[in-house]
Amino acid sequence: MSARGWLLSDAPTSRWQARAGRAYAGWLALSRNRLAMVGLAIVGGLVVVAALAPWLAPYPPDLADLGARLRPPSAAHWLGTDEMGRDILSRLLHGARLTLWIVAVVAVTAAPAGLVIGTVAGQAGGWLDTVLMRLTDVFLAFPKLILALAFVAALGPGIENAVLAIALTSWPPYARVARAEALTLRHADYIAAARLYGASPARIVLGHVVPMCLPSVVVRVSLDMAGMILAAAGLGFLGLGAQPPMPEWGAMVSTGRRFILEQWWVAAMPGLAIFTVSLGFNLLGDGLRDVLDPRGR
Amino acid sequence: MTRSSRLAGWLLSLALTALGLMLVTFLIGRVMPIDPVLAAVGDRAGADVYDRVRVELGLDQPLWRQFLTYVGQVARGDLGHSTLTARPVLEDIARVFPATLELATCAMLIGTALGIPAGVLAATQGGRWPDHVVRVIGLAGYSVPIFWLGLMALLLFYARLDWAPGPGRISAHFEGVVEPVTGLILIDALLAGETEVFRDALAHLALPALVLGLFSMAYVSRMTRGLMLEQLGQDHIVTARAKGLSEARVVWRHALGNVAVPLVTVVALSWANLLEGSVLTETVFAWPGLGLYLTNSLLGADMNAVLGGTLVVGAIFVGLNLLSDLLYRLLDPRAAG
Repeated sequence: MSARGWLLSDAPTSRWQARAGRAYAGWLALSRNRLAMVGLAIVGGLVVVAALAPWLAPYPPDLADLGARLRPPSAAHWLGTDEMGRDILSRLLHGARLTLWIVAVVAVTAAPAGLVIGTVAGQAGGWLDTVLMRLTDVFLAFPKLILALAFVAALGPGIENAVLAIALTSWPPYARVARAEALTLRHADYIAAARLYGASPARIVLGHVVPMCLPSVVVRVSLDMAGMILAAAGLGFLGLGAQPPMPEWGAMVSTGRRFILEQWWVAAMPGLAIFTVSLGFNLLGDGLRDVLDPRGR
Repeated sequence: MTRSSRLAGWLLSLALTALGLMLVTFLIGRVMPIDPVLAAVGDRAGADVYDRVRVELGLDQPLWRQFLTYVGQVARGDLGHSTLTARPVLEDIARVFPATLELATCAMLIGTALGIPAGVLAATQGGRWPDHVVRVIGLAGYSVPIFWLGLMALLLFYARLDWAPGPGRISAHFEGVVEPVTGLILIDALLAGETEVFRDALAHLALPALVLGLFSMAYVSRMTRGLMLEQLGQDHIVTARAKGLSEARVVWRHALGNVAVPLVTVVALSWANLLEGSVLTETVFAWPGLGLYLTNSLLGADMNAVLGGTLVVGAIFVGLNLLSDLLYRLLDPRAAG
């Protein structure tokens, strides 16, 4: 039997085969979406660039050459040089690591937090639900970037604090989504059965409710990733995120702003990088939503 | 549920949200690494002075007491003094807010005027190239860093083509010509009959409003497309077509007429989201609004101004959400009663 036939079999013989088959069917649906494939290529490219930055970059990212300040794009410096004579392309390639790191940290902290808060609220009901959802509503009552700004103001500028601030403002929508799913499961028979077997509340939530809420949260997170990149870049641009010697793209646009009228490439190139990557995440997220959540079509 | 008990529940949840907003800003103010006593007395003051000021500022009280005091102050409209401008924060905000309101409102109008037709077009042409174009423009509007778009717009239309005036809200020689009545320069200039000032202000407004409007258009066109797609699959559309109505009438009157109510909420929400975009846009265009005030206060470590500004923005955000909710109830006969 061919691998394809085994994957798409109507009668899987093991749980593992069924899972692999569903993943493969999802992949087939996703790969038919051309825009999503463009997004996947961009995101994949970002991962490759981040992994291989030291080998791909023609110069070290912090190598200053004051004799070659603010040079326009040329054969030696494909994207030109900045105000310290540093190669912009090399800095962008190294900055890809920072961007990926920011997205990854926010996603792995905010998503599980929102997931747990939402499922606990939906499953428990009563006063716990009220308290948790009130808290969520209060966080949702502020525009995200403004709240992140206030957090950074209190914590002090810097990339770690910017990431923390973005994570603190990102979890509420996930909690909402997870709660909505958990509510529909509250009186499900299989939950009642698990309870009858004597499963503890923690086991019910983690083992039986969380897995059901996971797809909607994953879709939501993948749609939000571009927003996280933009928020981090915005904080960097305002001088509240990553601080200058770091090759963070938003901070690079901010320094380039001083030379915008004459040496436009210093600000234009990092901004283009932010745009491309965030477009990639949005295209991919859009495609994933169509595959994982047919209701949203 | 009766109408009065629903109203009571609604007011209670509003009060809780307001308390929550204040709790968040209060707690943020408490984690900050700056010692408010030290900031007030300077580091050369003796221990007795330090302790006296600490008591005067109420910092020796338990946290819940301090929070109650804070709520009382906010309720009386006292957001403290800004250390940068040496004026009450509320007064500062009242002065800069009209600039943000003017910018966000124009951006919202642009976004709505372009976004709704684009969304309708995309939905009726589902799957064909106009649909793809609208979708890609929408996604691009979501993905572009707005501060970068603003910089590039300034570079192209101001520096290279010289079509637009530079940053700022008005040219220096028109500064102070018009007496602020509403604080919205366009309206003030019209009231005073100063057409030249009006034209100058409009020219300054055009670029930032377009940049911000693109952001709003992305959201509005996407929501319109989704809502219209849903409507066009309904039975009453089939009926309208079967009656032989023209396609234009079916689309614009029967389908769009039915999504008008949810669209109102979409537009109100996009207006609220523009508050956020305006922080970055105002910084790029040196637009003297709430966003620029917030960032300047942040960089100047002016905590009262930052927290006051955050609280006001949060309150406006909640207010606009309520407004969209109310409009929905007023306009949709099914939600009334």
